[in-house]
Amino acid sequence: MDAIIIETIVKAALVIAVFSALAGFGTFIERKILAFMQRRLGPMHVGPFGILQIAADGIKLFTKEDIIPQHANKFIFMIAPIITAATAFIALAAVPIFPEFTVFGYTIHPIVADINVGILFILGAMASGLYGPLLAGMAQANKWGIIGSARTAILFMSYEVVTGLSLLAPIMLVGSLSLIDFNAAQTGGVGEWLVWQQPVAFILFIIAGFAETNRTPFDILEHEAEIISGYATEYSGMRWGMFFIGEYANMITISFMASLIFFGGFNEWGILPGGLAILLKVSFFFFLMLWVRASWPHIRPDQLMWLCWKVLMPIAILNVLITGLVMML
Amino acid sequence: MEQIAFYLFSVLTIGLFLVTVLSNNVLYAMTSLAAGMVLISGFFFLLGADFLGVVQLVVYVGAVMALYSFGMMFFDATKDIKEKNTSSYLVFFLSGMIALTLVIMFSAPIMGENIIASYPIMAGATNPQAVGLVLFTKYLVPFEVAAVMLLVAMISGIILAGKKMDDSLTTKDENHEEDDTFSRKDIK
Repeated sequence: MDAIIIETIVKAALVIAVFSALAGFGTFIERKILAFMQRRLGPMHVGPFGILQIAADGIKLFTKEDIIPQHANKFIFMIAPIITAATAFIALAAVPIFPEFTVFGYTIHPIVADINVGILFILGAMASGLYGPLLAGMAQANKWGIIGSARTAILFMSYEVVTGLSLLAPIMLVGSLSLIDFNAAQTGGVGEWLVWQQPVAFILFIIAGFAETNRTPFDILEHEAEIISGYATEYSGMRWGMFFIGEYANMITISFMASLIFFGGFNEWGILPGGLAILLKVSFFFFLMLWVRASWPHIRPDQLMWLCWKVLMPIAILNVLITGLVMML
Repeated sequence: MEQIAFYLFSVLTIGLFLVTVLSNNVLYAMTSLAAGMVLISGFFFLLGADFLGVVQLVVYVGAVMALYSFGMMFFDATKDIKEKNTSSYLVFFLSGMIALTLVIMFSAPIMGENIIASYPIMAGATNPQAVGLVLFTKYLVPFEVAAVMLLVAMISGIILAGKKMDDSLTTKDENHEEDDTFSRKDIK
């Protein structure tokens, strides 16, 4: 019993440490890739290839003054960024990160909490992460903030139906809500990947995932050209940083979910061992998000709602119906 | 371990819902409501009902988010609201109801001893399977009635909102742009 508690605490601490570091690294990678696609150099001055820019940014965020506006609702203003960051890491608790391995004769399952409804738990935890922007926008007594939080509500109403319905079809095929079962269902190499059986569900899921993580075609919450910085207008220092740690951790979670559900997860991929295979897949999906950001303009909130409710949701329902019919016949 | 978690969750939940009822600030009230709803899912997790806990999380996170959008439209979230409620009858009625609830709560363990589960959980069935089995056997009629009710609500919602559906904002703008390009061509 004690061993399990200690193991879980160690795993949780490791997940928080590694993924907040990865989130910081993600900002650097994003700037570099965007610069590459726009024929610029990006950060170059601090360290070789600007790699120490992460440290410089970190020092800046930690030492910057934490300003709380005069008429803001102080308590809510202070906890809002913590909600975003915390829920992002809570969602990561149910993600199996690597295949299980043995160290000194002790088998380690690289998942913090193996609950058998993992997919729903991740979606629920990530959805409650949107309370961060919502509360931040409403608490800061700033008109751009209010618009940002109104847009958060629109975003949430739009994407959630599509995420749930798009994942329903693969869940029907596998017959389980656990990501480990999904991984086990795709052990037989590339031909067994669920994406070949459910291409429509994959496309719908990745579109909804972009909306869920507030990435570029759907970055309506904080689009600089329209609403300054939306919900983050009045934030500075580490509280601002926490929103973005949460956002990048969510990007990584969505990448993990896409690779685990549709792309064979951490099974061995040809000669590649499982751990390396999933790292490659997750890196690709992370890159895809940056690639899309460099390539596409963003859309209006009403267009997002129209897209989700009038285009994607009917397609998702048809996909579920057809999957069900094929399974019955 | 479980008892510590239970008392922690119950104290937090009751405290948060008290804030919901007693606070004069919309933002505090709704935030504590949302947090309380999330913490209730903790009880389901403690009882081993993972599926119901997650459903509680997913459903109420979305439902309270809709409440927020109403709050945003009607109130200034940074100011307190003056409530005018001087009706002593209401206070009388509510305190009576609280007393009744306390009596029921303390007698619940006595009544609970006589309850036998008519559909005990089958061994080996996972959480979603157990819920599905009960839902599609014993509670099939209420389930279908609820489905019909939701369908009625959806259709009435579409009818209420659908009066202006012919010229939606999204498609309208695109048409306008097309019209503009046509007129420009005409001028040329």
